[in-house]
Amino acid sequence: MQEPTRRVLMKGNEAIGEAAIRAGCRFYFGYPITPQNELLEYMASHLPAAGGVFLQSESELAGISMLYGAAAAGKRAMVSSSSPGISLMQEGISYLASAELPALIVNISRGGPGLGRIAPAQSDYLQATKGGGHGDYNILVLAPASVQEMADLTVLAFELADAYRVPAMVLGDGIVGQMMEPVALPPPVTELPPKPWAATGCEGRPRNLILSAPYTDAELVELNRRLQRKYAAIRAREQRAECVLMDDAELGIVAFGIAARLALAAADNLRERGYRVGVIRPVTLWPFPETAFRAYPAVRAYLTVEMNEGQMVQDVRLAVNGAVPVHFLGQGGGYVPPVDAIEEQALAILEGGLAR
Amino acid sequence: MKREYTFAGFGGQGILFMGQVLAHAAMFAGFETSWMPSYGPEMRGGTANCSVVISDRKVRSPLVYRPDLAVVFNNPSLQKFGPRVKPGGTVLMVADLIDGGPDRDDVAVYPVPARGIAERLGHPAAVNMVMAGALLAVDPTVTPEQFEAALRTVTPAHRLATLGANLQAIREGMGFVTARRQDRPATGGGGE
Repeated sequence: MQEPTRRVLMKGNEAIGEAAIRAGCRFYFGYPITPQNELLEYMASHLPAAGGVFLQSESELAGISMLYGAAAAGKRAMVSSSSPGISLMQEGISYLASAELPALIVNISRGGPGLGRIAPAQSDYLQATKGGGHGDYNILVLAPASVQEMADLTVLAFELADAYRVPAMVLGDGIVGQMMEPVALPPPVTELPPKPWAATGCEGRPRNLILSAPYTDAELVELNRRLQRKYAAIRAREQRAECVLMDDAELGIVAFGIAARLALAAADNLRERGYRVGVIRPVTLWPFPETAFRAYPAVRAYLTVEMNEGQMVQDVRLAVNGAVPVHFLGQGGGYVPPVDAIEEQALAILEGGLAR
Repeated sequence: MKREYTFAGFGGQGILFMGQVLAHAAMFAGFETSWMPSYGPEMRGGTANCSVVISDRKVRSPLVYRPDLAVVFNNPSLQKFGPRVKPGGTVLMVADLIDGGPDRDDVAVYPVPARGIAERLGHPAAVNMVMAGALLAVDPTVTPEQFEAALRTVTPAHRLATLGANLQAIREGMGFVTARRQDRPATGGGGE
């Protein structure tokens, strides 16, 4: 066999860094924390050579505020951290949302709560998808399941953030962050979308204001209305899911990120034994791809598999809205569901008559 | 086609590097592949293991539960991963760092005195490449040429001086196993 396209073998964290540089990101702020350090290291060694600024901030709070500044100046910019560091950034993320600033936040999450441990976990789903900070806001949340997607979804996150003027998050875990796979890197972006709203120096034009705090109650109400209109547009246009083996599936396994890879392995094995099992993998966690759940009327039950105590399953239940039972397999604190455990639970549901 | 590998030993033995070279070789050969590390908190002296999957279609699970082939560099790794190897699979072990062998007769076992071989070559750090040579002798998934091309790519600039020693170690490992295979077919159990 011959190598079909030019691919390189990279760690997921490194793929994010290279894709971000190719997407025109020229400002990176961060503070070291495992399991995302390869990303910080990659930016330290590659971003300056691309004409960018790598800055190890004195804290996560400073880093997210630097991101606000760079985004307000109209630059493609990012921070990265892992769960406890992302918690520290929540005030700043809420401010970015209120100021309608496009920016990328990468969370290569670990098991919590508290300082937790570096074992892979998906326990930040609710924090990521339900706002995380204070106020009525959402951010785009993309969940890569492969090193290729670490690159591709980083580019997409920058594009969508600019298109809607919202912060975007790439949410991964220690496995997709530290594993290596072949990746076809995206071409370098040569032209970025214009940002006439940015605070770039107002000589020759009216000045632009980037504000988190409106001056009046009425203005705050109007800001909230505008944000909600924007979120409605995102929900209508930007839901993404990968649906595999679903067309005739009686049981749909729902999983995101690396858990979906294990779910796919389980579905393959169950198909070989004659069971009609498929996988719905939300790629956007916010907006949650609820329309995917309306596309498969043959499904008689869902099994949600997560590396947490049951977070996305809440959104699955909302999307399914009682039409069929929704089961759950998962655990927090570093549990990675073994393929045979997924198969076992799926079989129990299938052989229990699906309706439980 | 899907082949799953586990490499396990102490940090500092080049376990993770060996797996990375194999994954690169697989990519150069046009396969889909994944490499996944798992290691203890210390870089040197802690336990280190990694998983490699090579497939002719997209890799589903990068986690390896039951490898086709395990390369083990110390006793704890043999105890942990020996029982997990698929029936009919292969265990390559650094015989002069391990007492005994896997307690089962349904896998092919290749004890390789890789430390002795590496020391005799004057390259004591090349134990991992002796074992890589042993792997190439028993597993045709990637060719020695593809593996060596991958090694040249993966070796960082500040380590280029090790390249010659590593290539020599690969050939010695291949030669050792190939000679033993001609003497007798591999069977379960036992050390050298």
